[in-house]
Amino acid sequence: MLVSMNWINDFVDLSGEDLPALIKRFTLATAEVEDIVYKGKDIQGVVVAKILTCEAHPNSKKLHLLTVDKGDEVVNVICGAPNARAGITVALATAGGEVCGKSIGKAMLAGYESCGMCCSEAELGLSSENAGIIELDDNLAAGTSIKDVFPIDDVIFEVDNKSLTNRPDLWGHYGIAREFAALTGKPLTVVPTLNAVDYANLPAVSLASTDEMLYRYVAVKAENINVNVSPAYIKIRLFYCGLRPINLLADLTNYVMLELGQPMHAFDGRKADRIEIKRFETPFEFKTLDGQTRAIDNSNLMIVADGEPSAIAGVMGGLDSEIADDTTSLLLESACFDAASTRRTSVKLGLRTDASARYEKSLDPENTMVAAGRFMKLLLEICPDTKITSSFTDLYLKHFDIPVITFDKPYIDRYTGINIPAETIVKTLTSLGFGVKQAGDTFTVTVPSWRATKDVSIKADLVEEVTRIYGYDNFPIITARSPLYPVKPTVSKTDENTAKDILSRRFGLHEVHSYIWYDKKKNKDLKLNLAPNLKVINAQTADHDTLRADMLPSLLYFVSENKGSDFGIYEVGHTVNGVKDGKAVEEKKLGLVLYSRETDEEFLLFRARDIIAAFTEATRGTPPEFKNILPQEQYCHPKNTSEIFVNGIGCGYITVISPAVKNAIDKKAAIVGFNLNLTEFAKIPGVDMSYNETSAYPGIDFDLTIPTPQGVRFADVSKAWQEDSPEHLKSVNLIDIFGDEDKNITVRMSFSSPERTLSMDEVNLHINTITSRLAKMGINIRK
Amino acid sequence: MNIEEIKKKLSEEIDAADRTEKIEAARVNFLGKKGHITSALAGLKNVSGEEKRTLGQAVNALKREAEALFLEKLAALRELEERALIDAAPVYDLSIPSGEKSGSLHPITLVSRECEAIFSSMGFTVEEYSEITDDYNCFEALNIPKDHPARDMQDTYYLENGQLLKTHTSAAQNTIMRKYGKNLDAGLPIRAIFPGRCFRNEATDACHENTFFQMEGVMIDRDISISNLIYFMKTMLSEVFERDVKVRLRPGFFPFVEPGFELDISCAICGGEGCPSCKNSGWLELCPCGMIHPNVLTAGGIDPEKYTGFAFGLGLTRLAMMKFGIKDIRDFNSGKLANLTQFVH
Repeated sequence: MLVSMNWINDFVDLSGEDLPALIKRFTLATAEVEDIVYKGKDIQGVVVAKILTCEAHPNSKKLHLLTVDKGDEVVNVICGAPNARAGITVALATAGGEVCGKSIGKAMLAGYESCGMCCSEAELGLSSENAGIIELDDNLAAGTSIKDVFPIDDVIFEVDNKSLTNRPDLWGHYGIAREFAALTGKPLTVVPTLNAVDYANLPAVSLASTDEMLYRYVAVKAENINVNVSPAYIKIRLFYCGLRPINLLADLTNYVMLELGQPMHAFDGRKADRIEIKRFETPFEFKTLDGQTRAIDNSNLMIVADGEPSAIAGVMGGLDSEIADDTTSLLLESACFDAASTRRTSVKLGLRTDASARYEKSLDPENTMVAAGRFMKLLLEICPDTKITSSFTDLYLKHFDIPVITFDKPYIDRYTGINIPAETIVKTLTSLGFGVKQAGDTFTVTVPSWRATKDVSIKADLVEEVTRIYGYDNFPIITARSPLYPVKPTVSKTDENTAKDILSRRFGLHEVHSYIWYDKKKNKDLKLNLAPNLKVINAQTADHDTLRADMLPSLLYFVSENKGSDFGIYEVGHTVNGVKDGKAVEEKKLGLVLYSRETDEEFLLFRARDIIAAFTEATRGTPPEFKNILPQEQYCHPKNTSEIFVNGIGCGYITVISPAVKNAIDKKAAIVGFNLNLTEFAKIPGVDMSYNETSAYPGIDFDLTIPTPQGVRFADVSKAWQEDSPEHLKSVNLIDIFGDEDKNITVRMSFSSPERTLSMDEVNLHINTITSRLAKMGINIRK
Repeated sequence: MNIEEIKKKLSEEIDAADRTEKIEAARVNFLGKKGHITSALAGLKNVSGEEKRTLGQAVNALKREAEALFLEKLAALRELEERALIDAAPVYDLSIPSGEKSGSLHPITLVSRECEAIFSSMGFTVEEYSEITDDYNCFEALNIPKDHPARDMQDTYYLENGQLLKTHTSAAQNTIMRKYGKNLDAGLPIRAIFPGRCFRNEATDACHENTFFQMEGVMIDRDISISNLIYFMKTMLSEVFERDVKVRLRPGFFPFVEPGFELDISCAICGGEGCPSCKNSGWLELCPCGMIHPNVLTAGGIDPEKYTGFAFGLGLTRLAMMKFGIKDIRDFNSGKLANLTQFVH
């Protein structure tokens, strides 16, 4: 919202104040100011002048040669405006002056000298009117500064509308003036209005409504309105505040809206005699002021004038009800509609107006009568022939409760951590319009109607009122005195951090983030056939409406977008595994994909296996186990997919990406991945760490080469020494694997005793035990 | 061999030894169990009287001399051999690029870890919650009324089962209060942060993402004040930005706090003088915060007459953009390795 400091000055005298500093305080105390513009700063040396003569320029069809009386001398001026003519009074930017950031000098134009420039309203920044030069009142004396004619100098600042959402009272200048009064301690003047009581004997306007969306409707009629152009100061203020002046009645509705925050509607008196405020059961089409056709249904409150729908309540008037230039009679609406339903209507119709923006903030119904009185006061001042022909007819259906809040000073002190004196509390609240009664440490506060519609209802709201005017910059910065106690990260969080460190730091992988939904277009491109899952009902595009059940698809999208050099990526993210008992089954997962053109899928798969092992060892002190499974996901390899077990509990899978998907991504590459369910993993207990003193006696190492036929898993072979393990066997380490299909696996078995040096005979006994167990499995060791 | 012959031979063999192995062999030849000098010493037993004394002195002297000579020669040969190894050694060029590549962490992880470490050190627990939540936790419990724009379909992703994707990390406040609230009466304050992913149903561009990270923070105890809020925010931000960050509070309206604030920090680029980055104000808007609304405390089972608290919702994604100079918010979820692999530490 744009705010004029001249306008503010109507209600609080800010002369002598440092305006930029005051506006900065407004930002810190009330609402964010986004910009300040100093109007008139670039208008210098512009005076009232009379065109004495006007001749056509001999060398130009458009230009005129003028002689102009600027009070102290008559000068030659060249002017291109079509309305330039002898006898009119104009605004002349004199040589040495400045207009719109351009300095005015003496210049030669098409062979003739020009000693100044006749200005349009746009050039003076007064409106967007630029078709011709401004024509001033002939009674003005030549040489008068234009700034004495028009209130050109002003400070306009823009308040961020978002920071006003909870303050309906700040959607007009008067509310903002109240803030400045509180900030400066200066008095706020009362808004001049007509007093409705003085017109109570006039006939009432016919008003009918029982709709719960209406709080209050004030209507008043006037006739004999014989002025249709607004005074310059009104036009300038409207223009400075971002509105386009139209005609007197339309301008006044806007002016009062910008002044008091109360939207108004001026109906053409010829078309509006009786008013009903109601909803229609049968949908119909309605043409609004902007010429658009709107679909109206029974959720939209309508203003019906003389039986015809005439305006969408709180949003926009109808095309047919618009004030015309020949309108001389008026039915003025000043009303208060329900905030939520006005907002719903505005959202549904896609029509946000200055009026709806205000109504949706919950306006004060007490203000509607004030605004009607203000409008009529201004109308009578500007057009004294106006005749008010009705009473200020008031249909007040719903009131807001006026809260009375009691609090004590310790309550405020507790919130602030400092001691704001009681008199400051009283003074601040009083200056903001609150009624305050103090008894010792206790304050009883009556909320003013303009803050009572939703904004202020509890004690904490009053803390804000007191502290914001006190100034947050005046608060000391103090730590809390709360006791400390140990805090420990959760298992899940520790697992996540360890995983990221191992994957990025040790294995050189890259962490990525992807979306929680699948991308169906990418699924199609990568030949990913994914099972249906829980959907978002209002996704931006249907491609993104399905939540992911697994991490690998989104990682595979990234693989296809980064292919080339070898890399590995991973993400710790959330997936959804359908719905159980009405709730989404959400799980935290670690997904990983390795991609390589340099190596083969076997190397990659074992690399992925080693990564899982590094993680389970680091977090649970135990290696993972793998069980070959037939996968359900189409992107997993039917033969090379294994479930991951840690301490016997299944918590994910590792897989080679199936040929169909892999080839769709990159025919030349190998791609493997795993998906580890960290939610499940967090529940798996770790192995207790135990320390074993190493033997002081030398041990004996024995290398054993085990022929392992294709299809036999090492996990099965190793049972020969893992189950009922020989007493002195301390460790078994892989030394070598050779052979293509039937593999020979060489392991080094280390034997030792904590009490003595073992003899070779003892070790041989152990080896014989192992080899005979192997023989029972059908594996014969070549000696 | 008489003593002179031994001396002569000793001299010859020591001179001839050109490797450490040879000098060792020579030493054994003279001083070993069956060596010449050892034998000569053994031969003394066959001699008697004055001759035994003089001969004995001479052989012992020779033994000492021989030991010294061997040590000296051994040291000299070792040095020669080591010198030869050095001379033959190549000079390795460590500037040759490595085939080992550094891994990277996501910028959000880096920023989040930093904030978690700072708050953990000040006694805050780091919480973890779901991304899917419900109307109650996301809105109702946070004093956000039914008709609030935040509940509109334009802002919130709703799911088929009636749940929704959380629009802010404040959605965890109620759960945090219920989890720790019982400790308050025992004198233990609630201090918790919750970094998490949030979702808003809006079109994406360089400044807008539908998926982004926030970090919620709450502290609740007797007499938690606005002054405390400013302290914790300033301390945390000064640590993150590694400078003394100036902060200021402005009134800001959020239904779940009262008073509510927008927290601004002094612009790092111009130092508060005003520049295009801060729109000439010298300040950058960073995070909404405030004193927890009494209705929110009540919804969390905490008596607002007894306890006060502050809450903040730090935009982690925005913080990462500021800290690393990331201009396009879409980079975070792009999976573009050319960008993401830069975040190695």
